[in-house]
Amino acid sequence: MKYLDEFRDENLAAPLLQELHRTFSKPFRVMEVCGTHTMSIFRNGLRSLLPKGLKLISGPGCPVCVTSAAHIDAILAIAEQTNMRIALFGDLLRVPGSTGLSLANGSAKGAKVDVVYSPMDALEIARSHPDEMIVFPGVGFETTTPGIAATILAADNCGIDNFTVFSTHKVMPPPLLALLDDPDLKIDALLCPGHVSTIIGASAYVPLAETYKLACVVGGFESADILQAMIMLAKQINRGESKVENAYTRAVRWEGNRRAQQMTAAIFEPVDMEWRGLGYIPQSGLGIRSKYKHYDAVTRLGINLIPAAEPKGCLCGEILKGKKEPPACPLYGKRCTPGTPVGPCMVSSEGTCAAFYTYGG
Amino acid sequence: MCLAVPMKVLEIQGDPDDFLSDQVALVDIDGISKEIRLDIVDRWPDVGDYLIIHAGFAIHTLEPEEAEENIRLMQQMAAATDIPDNPSEMP
Ligand code: SF4
Repeated sequence: MKYLDEFRDENLAAPLLQELHRTFSKPFRVMEVCGTHTMSIFRNGLRSLLPKGLKLISGPGCPVCVTSAAHIDAILAIAEQTNMRIALFGDLLRVPGSTGLSLANGSAKGAKVDVVYSPMDALEIARSHPDEMIVFPGVGFETTTPGIAATILAADNCGIDNFTVFSTHKVMPPPLLALLDDPDLKIDALLCPGHVSTIIGASAYVPLAETYKLACVVGGFESADILQAMIMLAKQINRGESKVENAYTRAVRWEGNRRAQQMTAAIFEPVDMEWRGLGYIPQSGLGIRSKYKHYDAVTRLGINLIPAAEPKGCLCGEILKGKKEPPACPLYGKRCTPGTPVGPCMVSSEGTCAAFYTYGG
Repeated sequence: MCLAVPMKVLEIQGDPDDFLSDQVALVDIDGISKEIRLDIVDRWPDVGDYLIIHAGFAIHTLEPEEAEENIRLMQQMAAATDIPDNPSEMP
């Protein structure tokens, strides 16, 4: 397949790995921010191949994992009401709320739940179910939000009345700032997310690189992409540099995708947002602007967020901060497995616990 | 959440300047064609272009030069230790 096979060529990854070992001369700690990177690193067995002293820390970039128990509880509460139908991305289905129940249990009890691939599919469901209110839980980072914004605009243009979005959208730079301010967490470098950067642009990391003296490289998702990014990081570390470089030029521009940025800004505005494990972070979320409040589940359905504890014993919070690894959790692999997840880091295929369990630490 | 597989445009509908028109591309996924929204794509594609897609929306139209530059840099780094069998193929 074009633009894929050439980047998956074994003749590329093997010498890149050799080059990384040759370049590496100073130990450093790199946070891979994005859940898709975490998954790719595990799936390709890269962790054990990297130079000793190059320590990978999984960051808060799995959108399902950072959705708070209070938000999940609110979605579960909506699902119990009559005439409501939840249309959602599939990986939300099995995330437990504070009681341990998930929408997967709820739909067994008769709640109406549809798994969709795109928010536009949820709009189609609204069209074909005029007697029900379709609620779409908006979960995701900068990559997902513009499409949901476009869907709200389409609903408005078509006059579709029975469609609302429960926005728990989050933006990436603020939690990174919060993590980097934590003196316990020593990070020297960032492997910046691939497709979040397609939208926000590589330039978005310049303030981080400058303020925290971090080496930053935007990388793609194939082994060769990740190895190339690691080589570039190692070179920066060797030279004592802290700048932003782009190793994923086929998908990411310096300035990002302006059209998508404008779409998001037209519909959403920054709000304070609760992150699982990280707590409230100022201006780290996106709420629906009052002009489009007709499509805002919070105002339309009167959703009240009730503070909720995370599942008992679950260390997702520490794991999302990069402070602990899954085997440190007493439930890991015992009560908590991908088949019977206790916490969100085990539910999502991009969660660090699921990656550890499936591919081995 | 992120699919790294770029998909080829078979057909385009809608007007890039009119958000009220259905902005849709038909793309090829393993021989099956699928509708992808173009509302937020950075560059309006042509038939034959490749798109990066997220949750049913195209988020980037690949520019052949950018992709070539990407692979060239990788090959250059890879070549730092590995002498290719056929050096004339290297850029
Ligand atoms: S193993 Fe399960 S309970 Fe433990 S931190 Fe991971 S998701 Fe939470």
